[in-house]
Amino acid sequence: MSDVPKPDELLSNIDYRPSRTGWMDTPVDIQKGIYSYAANPKSVEYVGLPYPRQWNPIEEDWQLPENWKEIISKGFRERLDRFRSVKVFMDICVRCGACADKCHFFIGSGDPKNMPVLRAELLRSVYRNDFTTAGKIIGSIGKNFKKIIGARELDLQVLKEWWYYLFQCSECRRCSVFCPYGIDTAEITIMGRELLNLIGLNIDWIATPVANCYRTGNHLGIQPHAYKDMMDFFADDIEEITGVKVEPSFNRKGAEILFVTPSGDIFADPGTYTCVGYMMLFHYLQEKYGFDITWSTYASEGGNFGFFTSHEMMKRLNAKMYAEAKRLGVKWIIGGECGHMWRVIHQYMDTMNGPADFLEEPVSPITGTKFENAKSTKMVHIAEFTADLIKHNKLELDTSRNDHLKVTYHDSCNTSRGMGLLEEPRYVIKNVCNNFYEMPANTIREQTFCCGSGSGLNAGENMELRMQGGLPRANAVKYVHEKHGVNMLSCVCAIDRAALSASMEYWVPGVEVTGVHEMVGNALILPGEQKRMTDLRSEPLPGMEEDDAE
Amino acid sequence: MRLNNLLAQGKTAIVKKWFVLAIGTYPSDTAKFLKRQKDPFANPVGRTIYHGLEALFDQLLEDMDYEAITSFLDPIVRIRAIQNFSPSQATNFIFFLKDVIREHTQKEVSEARLFNELLLFESKIDKLSLIAFELYMQCREKIYELKANEMKNRTFRAFERAGLVSEIPADTPDLVNINICKEASSDT
Repeated sequence: MSDVPKPDELLSNIDYRPSRTGWMDTPVDIQKGIYSYAANPKSVEYVGLPYPRQWNPIEEDWQLPENWKEIISKGFRERLDRFRSVKVFMDICVRCGACADKCHFFIGSGDPKNMPVLRAELLRSVYRNDFTTAGKIIGSIGKNFKKIIGARELDLQVLKEWWYYLFQCSECRRCSVFCPYGIDTAEITIMGRELLNLIGLNIDWIATPVANCYRTGNHLGIQPHAYKDMMDFFADDIEEITGVKVEPSFNRKGAEILFVTPSGDIFADPGTYTCVGYMMLFHYLQEKYGFDITWSTYASEGGNFGFFTSHEMMKRLNAKMYAEAKRLGVKWIIGGECGHMWRVIHQYMDTMNGPADFLEEPVSPITGTKFENAKSTKMVHIAEFTADLIKHNKLELDTSRNDHLKVTYHDSCNTSRGMGLLEEPRYVIKNVCNNFYEMPANTIREQTFCCGSGSGLNAGENMELRMQGGLPRANAVKYVHEKHGVNMLSCVCAIDRAALSASMEYWVPGVEVTGVHEMVGNALILPGEQKRMTDLRSEPLPGMEEDDAE
Repeated sequence: MRLNNLLAQGKTAIVKKWFVLAIGTYPSDTAKFLKRQKDPFANPVGRTIYHGLEALFDQLLEDMDYEAITSFLDPIVRIRAIQNFSPSQATNFIFFLKDVIREHTQKEVSEARLFNELLLFESKIDKLSLIAFELYMQCREKIYELKANEMKNRTFRAFERAGLVSEIPADTPDLVNINICKEASSDT
């Protein structure tokens, strides 16, 4: 919602038809609820990024460095030379419009500048002007001719437009699925955000987690003792529910496997219940098969907000995974349920911080399965690991303990489009619960709709934007909620778990959000456990409601 | 109720026109998409508005049922409450129906003197707008609640979980009355 107009403004604007001007002539209007707060200068400074300062997006003066145009132009040139993909993506778009209506932010907001083609055009127009021969020649004839070839000069208004719309893209890549040329608009956003960072124009929801992550190893700035305290607290919960005491190990040298998961699993509901699920699974495997895994309070974050800042920052924050694996001397790594963490691992880690030649090719010590797909990165997604255990009948499961749940599954953009993890989470879900319903085909798997809050947009102040972006996903959930009575939306991403909870509260009340391993924890029969009365959320299990009341 | 019959007969055309005016509140490129794409999952905004308006029109023709009306009106208002509209812009689509109906029935209303019926029908539209206003505020309040809760959860819950918050225990000790005034102390 925009600000409430004053009475005289209301009377003078009683004609509600929107402006009919073309996109280039429609000035950017930065609205409350859509933009995220500017980066805290302390966070920018801490990681050595340029031009830390206090600035406010809704003020006229953004306190830019004097030579900001020069910095952007130089940065643009460098990136065109460095990334062949970006150069190609700038040149080959024929504006066919196949991507236009595929973006959740366009669908939900109705703002044409959120059409992926147009969002990219915000940059392309400057590219044509500054870096193409046609742009230079036609520009020399006169300013008015530039529009003919879709070129324009970079000025303050254009820069503000870049900032506003590049932080309305969650880099989900749904648009790229439909592009006949395979243009990855996410890469354009990634590059655009890098350029903005060159002049200190980040948002705080990204900059501060980056600084925290650099300092303490995780986005929230949790220090090792608090991380451990939290898990001790979960262990108490598990004991209360199951009667079994689990004792996870931390920073243990010589362990066979290192486990790295997003810190949201440790500190943000409902992700915490997923964490409880991991702890129960590892305990079960340890008791039954001597499974040997350690957590790390240093590599205490799977997520990587550096990915939303620059390639260099992504590399820097990712480095701790291999560094910790090397320090502890483990053989390979299992990663928890996370989205963009896996995009970084799958697409960048190996070449950025690898080769991890000190690690071994992952082989499940329980089933002997070789994870060929992780041969190079040496890191396996926990959904793959658990699916393999189930496939080999290595888990004792009581699926009735999830009978109060009617479950659907939201494919995280990054695990589905970014690494092709489509079947494993579904296989696990179908084996731990009895009521599973898919959402419509054009809203899942490769065509999945983003939660609306990915790529650092999960702030609170931009709630309207998040609800706009979350609408297409929520609309599909609403359908299965009404048709099948679905009451639980499962996912394998920490941002999803946080973002979809708010989205469901607004769009589809009555649907809660869970990680897949929370449901594994519910169903898993721990050796020596007592009769369970509640699920991991301490809510009575089906048939136990009366016992609970007593 | 001759007007009602007239409106019922013209339902398809009236709803279509109402829909076109409603989506005309979006930029033209967006409006084209909202109109063209018929898949409800690819175009939740357009399809929600269309189906909602159709059902609301039926309600206006019949005895208005509050529950039914909110079930159709809420999804539309819920969407427009988080889009880039001011409050009046978000709910203005209700009033567009007046224009559509006046245009559609102009001839018959003046020839057959159906002014009273028209006024009655327009009063129903006014009621609809009041319900829309209620729903709009509910949506906005929910957004503020989400914003407030997120802030609270992020800070307080983190402290709480880390054991840094000392809560009031369930069993509090009985308090002993003490008198701290000057006379009381001099008495002792």
